[in-house]
Amino acid sequence: MIQVEHLFKHYPDKVALDDINLTFPAEQTIAIVGPSGSGKSTLLRSLNLLERPDQGKLQIDDLTLDLSQPITTSQILQIRQKTAMVFQEKALFTHLTVMRNLTEGPIKVQKKNKQEAEAKASELLEQFGMSELADRYPYQLSGGQQQRVAILRALAMSPKYLLLDEPTSALDPELEAQVLRVLKDLAKKDTSMVVVTHNMAFAEQVADQIVFIDDGKVGYNGATETFFHSDSERIQQFLGAMSF
Amino acid sequence: MIDFFNLAVKYLPELFMTALKYTLPLTAIAFFFGIILASITAIIRVAKLPQNEWAAAALQLLKWLAAAYVWFFRSTPLLVQLFIVFYGLPNAHIALFQSAWVSAITVFSLNTGAYASETIRASIASVPEVQKQAAESLGMTSAQVYWNVVLPQAARISIPPLSNSLISLLKDTSLASVITIVEIFYLAQQIAAANYKVLSMYILVAMVYAFFTSILAIAQHYLEKYTSRFAQ
Ligand SMILES: Nc1ncnc2c1ncn2[C@@H]1O[C@H](COP(=O)(O)OP(=O)(O)OP(=O)(O)O)[C@@H](O)[C@H]1O
Ligand SMILES: [Mg+2]
Repeated sequence: MIQVEHLFKHYPDKVALDDINLTFPAEQTIAIVGPSGSGKSTLLRSLNLLERPDQGKLQIDDLTLDLSQPITTSQILQIRQKTAMVFQEKALFTHLTVMRNLTEGPIKVQKKNKQEAEAKASELLEQFGMSELADRYPYQLSGGQQQRVAILRALAMSPKYLLLDEPTSALDPELEAQVLRVLKDLAKKDTSMVVVTHNMAFAEQVADQIVFIDDGKVGYNGATETFFHSDSERIQQFLGAMSF
Repeated sequence: MIDFFNLAVKYLPELFMTALKYTLPLTAIAFFFGIILASITAIIRVAKLPQNEWAAAALQLLKWLAAAYVWFFRSTPLLVQLFIVFYGLPNAHIALFQSAWVSAITVFSLNTGAYASETIRASIASVPEVQKQAAESLGMTSAQVYWNVVLPQAARISIPPLSNSLISLLKDTSLASVITIVEIFYLAQQIAAANYKVLSMYILVAMVYAFFTSILAIAQHYLEKYTSRFAQ
């Protein structure tokens, strides 16, 4: 379980997170939705401390951090061991092949030996039908392939929690569908996922829980069904703006 | 023409030997120290200030020193720097270096380091931020991110401009002649003064420089080809 309490993040001219209290249970898929600039990325990136909130409590399983206190490097690394992240932009290591993108973390961070890491990477590539891409460099892949490899790079770390920030927003609809299918599979396998998405159809189908972030605050936190049939004016307005 | 060939046959071996004994070692040693200096300077200049107040103040001081160093060596002529260190300082009884060699290596290293630090700084900055974050999110320490992700990519980007620096440095070592180092240009001058074949001797020495810089340019070409295998 990941839990945040009274999370605040201030920018000089903006309160990006304004007293956020949330629980992300393990083995569930939670979709974070909300208008552009509302603080979704800031929230997600606070969960693995890529973003440093000014105040609040962050708990991942048995590790609890008071974010207003100094945090040690080893605490940050502990958090990062439990989580893996997929980014909105192309974030594969451009100087490494697909195979080495998948083995870099396991070898350098988890100190696995090369054979073990490669065996696991091959297994993942096989499982997601991408074995033939193993020796290519990122520039030799389509956008959709790059993003699916990025998901595998995260999975190769066997993270307890998978964090995804709009993993499909840079893709064409067809490529988006490829990536979403992968995520749907993962959700079915009880992977613990927190995914920021602008794709409402995907959120509705896949999420066990919806978190609606509105201007730095939690505007809704609960069952997926209820969110999409909410009579809250603000939610209806948001859902209306997302369709046409 | 015949005359020129005779001169070439007579003096080229000596010019080459001198290049191997003076020009090339001077270039190699100064480039080696220059790159180390440049890397340290660049890393200081791009480093983010830590949260700890004292550490931040210390780093800020280093950043100013690094900026002043780069500013000084980029804004003054190499020849003037050589004169200051070899003639100026001893004259003011600041006898840092008695030796012409040490003076030359010091000045050439510092000069190359100043220029190359800008190259390395720009190369480091050109590695996409999101790749660094991806590496951090995998659990890499800052040092691991630098070593595994930033450096390999920055190195590739910096090959053409650093090759330029190396080629310039090789040619600039001719300035060492003014502080009594008998490198190939000095040698050519001495021979020309004795045999009066001024034009021929200077063309010969130009050819020797062109020979070695061309080898560097060819090496650069293959290095670029090898390191660009991961880009279009
Ligand atoms: N470094 C920064 N300095 C100042 N303001 C920032 C900075 N980063 C983000 N913000 C602001 O914080 C707010 C939240 O940003 P965030 O990226 O979390 O939004 P988001 O919900 O992910 O938006 P989007 O859907 O467009 O990705 C925005 O208003 C943004 O302008
Ligand atoms: Mg965002």
